[in-house]
Order: sequence, then structure tokens, then C-alpha cells
Amino acid sequence: MKLHALVFLFMAPLLAAADQGPTGSAANGKILFTKIGCFECHGYAGQGGGAGARIAPTPLRAQDLIRYVRRPPGAMPAYTEKVASDQELTDIYAYLKSLPPPKPVKDIPLLEKMKTRQ
Amino acid sequence: MAKSKKPPLGRRGFLKGAAAGAAALLAKPPVCKAQQAHAQRPTAPLPSARQVAFETAPPPAHADVYTTDRPGADFMVDVLKTLNFDYICANPGSSFRGLQESFINYGGNKDPEWLTCCHEESSVAIAHGYFKIAGKPLLIMAHGTVGLQHASMAIYNAYADRVPVYIILGNEQEINFRRGDVEWKHSVQDPASMVRDYTKWDDSPISLGHFAESAVRAYKIAMTPPMEPVVISANGQLQEEPMREEDRRRLRVPKLTLASPPAGDSGAVLEAAKMLVAAENPVIVAGRAARTPHGLTLLVELAEALQAPVQDRRQRMNFPSRHPLYNSGSIPEADVILALEIADLWFTTHQQTPINRMGMINRSLIKPETKLITITAGDLFSRSNYQDFGRYAEVDLALAADAEATLPALIEACRKLITPDRKRAMEERGKRLAAQHQRNRDRDFDQAAFAWDASPISTARMAAELWNHIHKEDWSVVSDLNFVSNWPARLWDFDKYYQFIGGQGAYGIGYGAPAAVGAALANKKYGRLSVNIQCDGDLNYAPGVLWTAAHHRIPLLSIMHNNRAYHQEMMYLQDMANRAQRHPDQAHIGTAITDPDINYAMMAKAYGMYSAGPIDNPNDLGPAIKTAIEVVKRGEPALIDVVTQPR
Repeated sequence: MKLHALVFLFMAPLLAAADQGPTGSAANGKILFTKIGCFECHGYAGQGGGAGARIAPTPLRAQDLIRYVRRPPGAMPAYTEKVASDQELTDIYAYLKSLPPPKPVKDIPLLEKMKTRQ
Repeated sequence: MAKSKKPPLGRRGFLKGAAAGAAALLAKPPVCKAQQAHAQRPTAPLPSARQVAFETAPPPAHADVYTTDRPGADFMVDVLKTLNFDYICANPGSSFRGLQESFINYGGNKDPEWLTCCHEESSVAIAHGYFKIAGKPLLIMAHGTVGLQHASMAIYNAYADRVPVYIILGNEQEINFRRGDVEWKHSVQDPASMVRDYTKWDDSPISLGHFAESAVRAYKIAMTPPMEPVVISANGQLQEEPMREEDRRRLRVPKLTLASPPAGDSGAVLEAAKMLVAAENPVIVAGRAARTPHGLTLLVELAEALQAPVQDRRQRMNFPSRHPLYNSGSIPEADVILALEIADLWFTTHQQTPINRMGMINRSLIKPETKLITITAGDLFSRSNYQDFGRYAEVDLALAADAEATLPALIEACRKLITPDRKRAMEERGKRLAAQHQRNRDRDFDQAAFAWDASPISTARMAAELWNHIHKEDWSVVSDLNFVSNWPARLWDFDKYYQFIGGQGAYGIGYGAPAAVGAALANKKYGRLSVNIQCDGDLNYAPGVLWTAAHHRIPLLSIMHNNRAYHQEMMYLQDMANRAQRHPDQAHIGTAITDPDINYAMMAKAYGMYSAGPIDNPNDLGPAIKTAIEVVKRGEPALIDVVTQPR
């Protein structure tokens, strides 16, 4: 446990710096999200659907998201640097980060009614 | 029986009587310039000067006329009435004009009743949807070459979906009966050849007796699993000529006895039961397993006896969506998989990952020791050209049999083999699966909350708003749900066979709207509320079916899933652009249905239907649905245009 704690203390500043990364424009990211087709599988609000996973709010760091879309292991087509720059992907990341989390089901009366109906 | 070279008596009489007129028509009449201009168009020609003279000059002292009180079509109607069709779906065509007249005037336009359709593709898809609710085929009338060509995609859908569609194809085989160039173009030597790759049987009878036998045979073949479309050609001459006296005395309608569905061999059933009872993690995968309401009941019995999960491919209403064994379990962890009427088993046991534009990586999802059992009537019937049979599946036990017909014996065999120890193990498994089912359900509701207030409206929100207004009704979803991320199946409680009808079969778009109308027609006599989640691209293939629904007062609530695109293709196009590393922003070209946006509420209104929308504010949706349901409950169709998220 002590070793793990020491490693974390040592790494923490590096992780924080990495997480900050380049700054993105959520407004431009929203435009790009539609323009380059992210919405097609993930929905305009990143909510996911039958063709793609929910990606908003994203738990990833910007660089993780960029690394994923550059070389996705699954069915998603890769976005190479030729079709989306790091800055554009960072803007999309900023847009995804800007989206508010959903209300809990219990705070949406219709959904709660459906869920609790037996 | 050789075809007589002599024209039949009726025909000879007609020719004698009409000799003067025929001679006049055969002679090349002088035509004016306007007539010449029209001569190249596929329209009815203007009357010739001679014909005008016939109809305007004083009549001759004597002219024979061609009449009969008993055309052959009357007997054809007698034959077809014995097959107990409720409706005829047809876009009018001259090659079956004799039959149409007989159905209406001799048959009384009742049992079957004539439905006016605006496209043969609609005719067939209406029958497709109707069968999946009623369990009975409808009669389709199609016109010669062009009518069957129009119908062909819908026939292929029905074929791949194992749905019997009964098609009577009008055709003028006798060249002397063809009225001008139009009927030459619409006549064909081997009528069914163009759809023979995806029909089960066809014939071109050359006598009324032949027609009777083939018509009854076709029905029996169509209704024997695997159920498939059939085509019978109705020769125009047989329809329109008077029945000969000797025919009137001797013609009869053969007795119809449907074949019992093929059930699995008893030894194979016992072997399957042993494997299932001994399994630690069995999974049942259901495709078109439930052919009838009883199929659903049987599948519940089998699943509960084994406490085995049922993964429903939703090609039929196979299993209740809130049952604790519904859609739980795991294919990768399964030690025995029982696949019931699955056409694409390979895709259940494998995962494809696209790696480039030329090929795929295929990875098995199952363990090497996993045993696969299949029960499918698909093993009894295959055609080679169209590839709907899917990839070859390597299995351990294959029962070439109808799944529903085999289930009673399989259930019984399993029950006999279950020892108290196995029963305890199964009950423990059942508890784990029930917990998994509940987790899946909770996850689905959490997921539905995302984009709840978004505009365009989320498909989860649309499903929830719909449920809010229909859950107290006797409802039936008459559309596929794949394009709306299956939200109704994830959020609602489906537990009756008629509450869901599956999809297209061959994924041919244009099926949705007419199939929904057909299913709604079948639901009508039960007073059910039919609900159609209607994709915009699908509706644009043949929107005239909206008029058919309005004209025939077919109660149906259609909610547009209007994502303003052929969205699946948009995704494919973007995928291709990404792979080529160029312009992913151009995927809308050729796939988006915008600029201008289509107003489906106005479209429905133009066809005589109540409509509302377009609605893009989710808070407006509930009230619109409530009002539209009031219209539908009065016995009419209604449509709400909802601007939605892509999926």
C-alpha cells in the first residue's frame, strides 16, 4: 500500500498536467461533432444508440479520446490526422465535456413511472 | 395436357361477332399528327377516326356483341374463395381485369374484399404484415411483367422472413388476346421466372381444372413450414372466355388439407434434451421461433423448465420482454447453444471487425468446446442464387424441422431428464439470470435518461411518450424497432404474441409502411391499437399506402422516426470516407433527406389522413400522441411527424 501511495504522489503532477492538455472550444466542437459525422452513431448529444456507444459525459481524458479515435479497436472507423486534427478532436472533447449529465431516472416522472410499474 | 390449337368456342363466337370491328382495328387507319405524337407513349391510344365513326355514326342494322353469363374467372373466384382469404391486395392491371370483375360482381367483393393499393410492392408488404398478425395469407393480384417486377422486392422480403404470400399473376399467354402493344409488353412466356429464386412454387395453368388444382396446391405449399411465397399465373384467356358447357359440369375444387409442420426426429430431440439438461450455461437463441401465439407459450415453458436464458433476435414475438430469463445469459460463456429458426447463426457465434475496405477479421465468440444445436425448417428448403441462407454454421446437432412443432417433444424430453440435483442447479442459475435481467433493465432506464430533453427528440423519449399513452390499451407494435435502438423492447412490457411482428426479412426498405398497414388491418377486428414507428426513408418508397389506409379506414397510429436521412447509408458512407482518409463531412451527399425537409404531416394530410407535426420539442409529443390516439380509436389512421435523433 505504501509503495502504491508513493507512486501516486510521484505521478500525480504528471497526470494533472496530461489531463489539462490543449484547450478546446466547445462551441467549435459542437459544430465539428455534426460536421464530421460523430452524431451519426453517437447521437447529437453523444447519448449513444443502436450504432454507437454513449460518449457524453465522457469519462476519458482528452488524449485518451484522441488516441481512441485515431486507432479504434472496434467497428468505429478511424479518424486519422488527415481528416481531423488534434485540435479539432480536442474541441470535440470540450463539447462532450460541456454537456450536462442527465437527470437521474427518479427525477424524470415518466421514466420512473415506467420503471416502477410492475 | 396439350394445349388445344383450336380456339375455344367462346373465343370463336366472339371473333365472328366482332369480325368487322377487328378487321377495322387490324387495318392501318389514317392517323392525325396528334395521334402520331402520342403513338410512342405507353398510354392508351386515342380512338381512331374509324372508331370515332363507329361511335358517332348511326348504328348498323346488325352487330354481334360478345357477352357471357359465366366467364372462366367466375370459377377461378370459386376456387380462390375456398382458400379463405380475407382480402385481395392489388394495384389494378388489365391482365387480371376478368378476375377483378368476377371478384367484385360475382363474388360480391366479400371474403375476400378488394383493397386498392397504389403499388405492387405495397400489396405484397401489406400481405406480409397481415400474415404476421393473422396467421393467414392474403391474396395478391399482380399485373403481368411490370406488376410482378414492382412486387419483386417485397416478395424477397417475405421469402427471407418465411411468410407465405399468395400471388395471382395476370398474364395474356394467348397472342390473339393481347390488345395492342401495351399487352405485348406486359405479357410473358414464363411469368414466375423473375421471382422463382425467392418463391417456393409456381405454375402457369392452361385450363380451369389445372388452375383449380394448382391454386389449392400452391396454398398448401405456401403454408407448410418453411412458409414462403407462391405464384400462380392466371391466363387472361381463361379468365375472360366463357366456361364451356362440359367444363361447367365436371369442374370441381380440390379439397385442401394442410400438411402438419415437420417436427424433429425423436432420437435427435432426446439427444438435444440431454445436452441442454446437462449444460451449466445453456443459451437459447430465438429467431423466427414462434410462428404462432402458442410458440411463445412453448418457448417460455422450455426456458423455465431449463432456467435457460432466451436471447431474442426479435424476428418474431418469441419471448416476453420482462421475463427474468429474457435477453440475459452470455454467448461467450455458454456451453450449449440452442438456436431456434436462426438464419444467421454464424453471426451469433462470431464477431466481425472491419479492418480495411477489402476484408474482415472474423473472431469466434464461443469456446471451442461449446455445443451448438439448431432446429430450423430452413434446413428443409434452400435456393442457391439469393444468399439469404447466410454463412454455413458448423454445429453439433442439426434438426431439420420446424422449431415450434418440435418444442413440445423437446420440453417433455427435458422434463423427464431433470433430476432433483439438476433442478436445484437450474434454480440457482435462474436466480443469477433474473438478477442479470434486472441489471440490464436498470441500465436501459439509466441510458434512456440521456438526451431526454434533446431536440431533435431522442428515440428513447419518443418510446417513453408513446408508452405513456398506450400502455392501458390493447396495443400492437406493427413495425421493426432496430432503427430506434430497440427502445420499446428495452422499456416496455411485451408479453403477447401480437404485440410485435419482427422486421423486413431481407432488410429491403419500403416494407415498413405497407407492412404496418397490413398488420393494422389484421388487428382491426380485434379492436387493437396498432402502433407503427415509421422511418422516413422507408415511407418515401411508396407513400401511397397512406391513402390505402385512409380509404379503407384502417386504424393505425404512425409515429415518424424522421431523422431526415437514409441514415444507415450515411454511416456507411462516412465509414468509407474515413477509411480513404478524406472528407468525412461529405457523408450527407446522396444520403440526407433535407433541403427541403419533407413535411410528413402534410404528406399524410394530402392522402386524407389525420396528422400532426413536425414536432421537434419533446414536450409537445405527449399531447400530440394523445390526440392522434383518439382519432385512431375512432377507426381511422393518424400520423405524427416527429423529428428525431439518428437512432
